[in-house]
Amino acid sequence: MKDRHFSCVVIGVSAGGLNALTVIFHGLSADFPIPVVVVQHEKSDSEDLLAELLNYKTDLCVKTAEEKDTIEGGVIYICPANYHLLIEENRTLSLSVDPRVNHARPSIDVLFETAVSAYGKELIAVILTGASSDGSTGLRQVMDNDGYAIVQDPATAYSRIMPEAAIKACRFPDEIVPLEEVSARLNDLCRKGYSL
Amino acid sequence: MISGNEERDNENLEINLLIRAVKEKYGYDFSGYSRASLKRRIKKSLSESDADSISSMIHRIIYEKEYFHNLLLNLSINVTEMFRDPGFFRSIRDEVIPVLAELASIRIWHAGCSTGEEVYSMAILLKEAGIYNKCQIFATDFNQVVLEKAKEGILPIGNLKESTRNYQKSGGRGSFADWYTARYDFAVMKSVLRKNILFADHNLVSDEVFSQVDLVMCRNVLIYFDRPLQNRVFKLFSNSLSHGGFLAIGSKETIHFSSITDEFEKFSTKQKIFRKKI
Ligand SMILES: C[S@@+](CC[C@H](N)C(=O)[O-])C[C@H]1O[C@@H](n2cnc3c(N)ncnc32)[C@H](O)[C@@H]1O
Repeated sequence: MKDRHFSCVVIGVSAGGLNALTVIFHGLSADFPIPVVVVQHEKSDSEDLLAELLNYKTDLCVKTAEEKDTIEGGVIYICPANYHLLIEENRTLSLSVDPRVNHARPSIDVLFETAVSAYGKELIAVILTGASSDGSTGLRQVMDNDGYAIVQDPATAYSRIMPEAAIKACRFPDEIVPLEEVSARLNDLCRKGYSL
Repeated sequence: MISGNEERDNENLEINLLIRAVKEKYGYDFSGYSRASLKRRIKKSLSESDADSISSMIHRIIYEKEYFHNLLLNLSINVTEMFRDPGFFRSIRDEVIPVLAELASIRIWHAGCSTGEEVYSMAILLKEAGIYNKCQIFATDFNQVVLEKAKEGILPIGNLKESTRNYQKSGGRGSFADWYTARYDFAVMKSVLRKNILFADHNLVSDEVFSQVDLVMCRNVLIYFDRPLQNRVFKLFSNSLSHGGFLAIGSKETIHFSSITDEFEKFSTKQKIFRKKI
């Protein structure tokens, strides 16, 4: 058993995302101590309503990520449509209009790769439902850097393609959990003094 | 064995040295660019080239001009489109142009114009408003390759459908097809649109102001800069603008944290368009 201390959760989700995020955010404890940063694939011209919608579902503060936001504990940051979301090593957020990655902007891989540089083994990365393979490479890098990888059980996913691709890419993610249990796991992992 | 942290620190050291080499050898200063994105692009260049480490890229940057120019292309993100964010161009059309139309002559500066789509979009609005002939448009970028493309005014044929849709969404009532000539696999913007546009090499990090400009448009460029560099560029814009002039920036960019906020007032409710106080 070793003590683990986590400083950030990153989540990647695509098709079926609104429902999955609603379930998870609803279950996060009101004193959830660390930041949550989310990339959800969206139609490129959709307005940034997601954060507003999700704000009603949780006790935590949900906001659309803005460039140079300082990442704060207990806040959920949602990527705006049509921009990549990156985490700087000084733990602030950046947006970019770089070309699409895996046909996607925002791309989950871009968020995960930069989150690894910023948080290393203090990172928890979660791949949820989706009909693409975005996020697999990023999740693999999270594991290679001793971060903690969670994948939604494909059987509970609206679309199983993304979780399956992620499991295949990392072979043995730390956990494969049903959607309903993801938030409970996150609550546990981030509780002070929790040992794996 | 080296730890993850040490590996990261080593990589950052290499990147700092690369930035320094590029600056000292070629004069392009990337030290004020947001690091995460810059790092991704340097690593992407590394994976596409036959260099085997960032350190060996530095060697090639110093000794091979050609290698550097390829890298520069990778470092400047040139993604753009006609009437990008149609709602923005609608505001320019409905709110800004009527004010500009009152002026005897109009000077417009597109900073970071990339391959020109934004400038040609603007030129179409000015034509349709009937005020193009009294406009002088400066379109600048620090990347000569994209500037050359901008001068040619060539659109890939695959983008035409999207461009037409954006044109209509931005409030265009004419036919977008009137503004280009279609060739086999590309389209060329009509030369009447180009007549008053001056394309020029200009680096926002190190070059000087323009004078008495009535509208500065700089979108999706500042997003790549850190706060001190953003501040420098904002001051440059403020000093270039005449009183009552407009500053238009990208939808996710903000002037709030810069020292020029007090010199400007919000002009559009929905779009990032500001007006220099009189
Ligand atoms: C993402 S494009 C934006 C194009 C266009 N304004 C738009 O919004 O569609 C960014 C452009 O800024 C240019 N750029 C980046 N750094 C610059 C600098 N220091 N000086 C001038 N141009 C710069 C790049 O070469 C690129 O063409």
